[in-house]
Amino acid sequence: MAEPRPVLQMTGVVKEFPGVRALSGVDFRLFPGEIHALIGENGAGKSTLIKVLTGVHSLDGGTITLDGESVEFTSPLQAQQAGISTVYQEVNLCPNLSVAENIFIGREPTRGGRIQWKRMRKEAAELVDRLGLDIDVAAPLSSYPLAVQQLVAIVRSVGTGDRETPGSGAGQAPGSGTATKVLVLDEPTSSLDRDEVLELFRLMRQLRDDGVAILFVSHFLDQIYEICDRMTVLRNGTLVGEHLVRDLDQVGLIELMIGKALDQLEELHEHQLHSDVGETLVKAEGLGRSGKISPFDLEIKKGEVLGLAGLLGSGRTELARLLFGADHPDTGKVTIGGKQVSMSAPNDAIGAGVAFCSENRRTEGLVPDLTVRENIILALQAARGWTRPIPASQRDELVAKYIKALDIRPANPEARVGQLSGGNQQKVLLARWLITSPQLLILDEPTRGIDIGAKTEIQRLVVSLSEDGMSVLYIAAELEEVLRLSHTIGVLRDRKLVARLANGPEITTSRILETIASGEHQ
Amino acid sequence: MTTTSRLRALTRHHLFWPVAVLIGLLLVNVPFTPDFFSVKMTDGHLYGSLVSIVLFGSPLILVAVGMTLVIATGGIDLSVGAVVAITGALTCSYISDQADQSALSAVFLAMGIGLVAAVVCGLWNGFLVARMGIQPIIATLIIMVAGRGVAQLITDGQIITINSEPYKLIGGGYWLTLPFSIFVVAVVVAATMLLTRRTALGLLVESVGGNAEASRLVGIRSARIKIMVYVFCALCAGIAGLMISSNTSAADGNNAGLWIELDAILAVVIGGTALTGGRFSIGGTVLGALVIQTLTTTIYTIGVPTQTNLVFKAAVVIAVCLLQSPKFREKVFGRKTRRKVTVPAQPVAPVEPAPKTEVSR
Repeated sequence: MAEPRPVLQMTGVVKEFPGVRALSGVDFRLFPGEIHALIGENGAGKSTLIKVLTGVHSLDGGTITLDGESVEFTSPLQAQQAGISTVYQEVNLCPNLSVAENIFIGREPTRGGRIQWKRMRKEAAELVDRLGLDIDVAAPLSSYPLAVQQLVAIVRSVGTGDRETPGSGAGQAPGSGTATKVLVLDEPTSSLDRDEVLELFRLMRQLRDDGVAILFVSHFLDQIYEICDRMTVLRNGTLVGEHLVRDLDQVGLIELMIGKALDQLEELHEHQLHSDVGETLVKAEGLGRSGKISPFDLEIKKGEVLGLAGLLGSGRTELARLLFGADHPDTGKVTIGGKQVSMSAPNDAIGAGVAFCSENRRTEGLVPDLTVRENIILALQAARGWTRPIPASQRDELVAKYIKALDIRPANPEARVGQLSGGNQQKVLLARWLITSPQLLILDEPTRGIDIGAKTEIQRLVVSLSEDGMSVLYIAAELEEVLRLSHTIGVLRDRKLVARLANGPEITTSRILETIASGEHQ
Repeated sequence: MTTTSRLRALTRHHLFWPVAVLIGLLLVNVPFTPDFFSVKMTDGHLYGSLVSIVLFGSPLILVAVGMTLVIATGGIDLSVGAVVAITGALTCSYISDQADQSALSAVFLAMGIGLVAAVVCGLWNGFLVARMGIQPIIATLIIMVAGRGVAQLITDGQIITINSEPYKLIGGGYWLTLPFSIFVVAVVVAATMLLTRRTALGLLVESVGGNAEASRLVGIRSARIKIMVYVFCALCAGIAGLMISSNTSAADGNNAGLWIELDAILAVVIGGTALTGGRFSIGGTVLGALVIQTLTTTIYTIGVPTQTNLVFKAAVVIAVCLLQSPKFREKVFGRKTRRKVTVPAQPVAPVEPAPKTEVSR
């Protein structure tokens, strides 16, 4: 295949944040008329690369050439004017305006200062039509589902160039067809269903055939194999490879992404639940809070992993928050290790040896401005009170130990937590509680939004902690995950704990689903 | 490390801009007052512009240091000016009632009464903010407004003048050739640094300010922390109140510490502590307060007409704030640092360099 000249070439791109080298010398190229996947785990540098390309972040090193010309963008507007359009995961349009207005917002056709509404609608309709979409451009955007709004966002971004007056399109000959040379789609499919994805893919193929270079970021490997021609894999801010999609199978790709062979990941699937479950540690009787969760009885034994299964909003998180005192229970009592605990504030639960990693890492877990070290010692320090700081040597030792044990990257205690990737933030949160040596560890969706490598590490950690005698309350939306780790599975439905199933060979995900559906113990 | 990267690391230091602005402001004075930097010894006392900047800036530094901790928790304390007035009024009216105004015991008791009143104000602010959940700006507005009234009630609406040698020392006296208030400031600043950085208080304050909900869920007793910082802030304001009333040997319920809260907030911001809470820097605040005081002094030495004082001050403050904004710096200076990479021809320049002010160079 004779390769044409790349429309976009990034060479040796470096981007640093305080304490973090997000990109170290990454090369990336994009050819016209191809769909190119950018792949990597969380924290590999995908988002940073895109932000450098689209002018959100400035470059710390390296060069970008677009159509052979050296460029550097200091704002997204400049990037757009040069022909690089971006559509983000969340649709950034005005739902109250019409589709046509959204497509032309900021560059409406005018005559003598007045907007030519008729011409705008006509051009919008033509544009939509040309791209093979069946959308009424006069209807308000909000009357369409999210998927269509996303398509409109793409139409808007590729339509950009058509309206540029000659000369303002930054270095491109006027009237040279589609002005958008590069279209960046950042996780466009994450909230779409299958049919909507197909419609998006159809549009992407059409744009590709029109000669647009499309950069596609997705966590869904199947979609990448379905739509993309070429892919670039990043790991830890460095380039690990650029391949034609047909040359690399999924197993090979995952190995490239995580940097180790896949069979290591499989290990966990075969692990046996240890049977060394001891005395009852935590006992909740009639614990409840009106409007949040109906009163429930629950026992967690020492060294037991209790998984909670249920649909989103079934009361999983609410149950966990009551056990931690994050919300004040209306009824019932909790005994931990034989002693009744008042549960009026998190302090009571923490004092009794309970730890809670919230599902909302950013809003309820981390203090993004503080460093990794400070975030890790926070729970222990809070328990000691402000007058008794942890001695520096002991603190550094503890922090270093957990950074190493949990493989937190970058392994820099001075890095600001807000700049870490999702998986590493989760590990920091875990480290924070593990240094308090809790008796009961409550993990609410600890693996959500993090990549497969970190996911496996965290699950393996849960297994080894429970083997060492720590009790764990494990909440996850993925039933397989709950099933794999838990000795006992509590099933929730409509804010009620409806069943407790002892895990065993006869318990399967479909059995759990049946219990959720029927709402009763079978 | 190359020279440029070292320079870069230097400019990224959180105290770089406050220091640069302070030096710049000091240098502006030299053409107008050639002996600006000289310090003379007269009667065993050191005199000079630098000494007076620190002397007159002392109350502001104290108030700003207390304010820093409040702002770090995500709060704000507008009542400090009123607390300055109340403390001065109580202390002076007690001293003026004494037969022997120079009796040490009476002076200490008077100062004690004044500072207790300040602590009570702080407790009230802390109670409203931490226990009642009232917005800090509203909660502290109560004493800001009512406190001046209280101060005037104490002084019967008069300016109380006193004649007490020992009391004069705090804000107007000299010790070891230097103004005594410099020692007071040094002790308070050092104590604050020790209190926040040698204990875990600083970390917990930053955590509460950085993410209140996460701090609650990690078991930090944030209400207690918040009450502590409001009390501390009021105490600092109280000491400043002693200093101001001592310096003039008078208590003026109406004007003592008037608008000092605004200067203090400004000093905190110039020092690099964000109003949104979280990370704070006591050193930065001290520099910020010195910048403000130097600015005030400069206005007098270069002879800005009195009626344009405030406008001039506002202009410099705007320039300082712009200089500290990374976004602004990137827009104005950013392109020059990387000349080799060019942006394609751009008929519509989206970034218009903002007008430069004299202090930006």
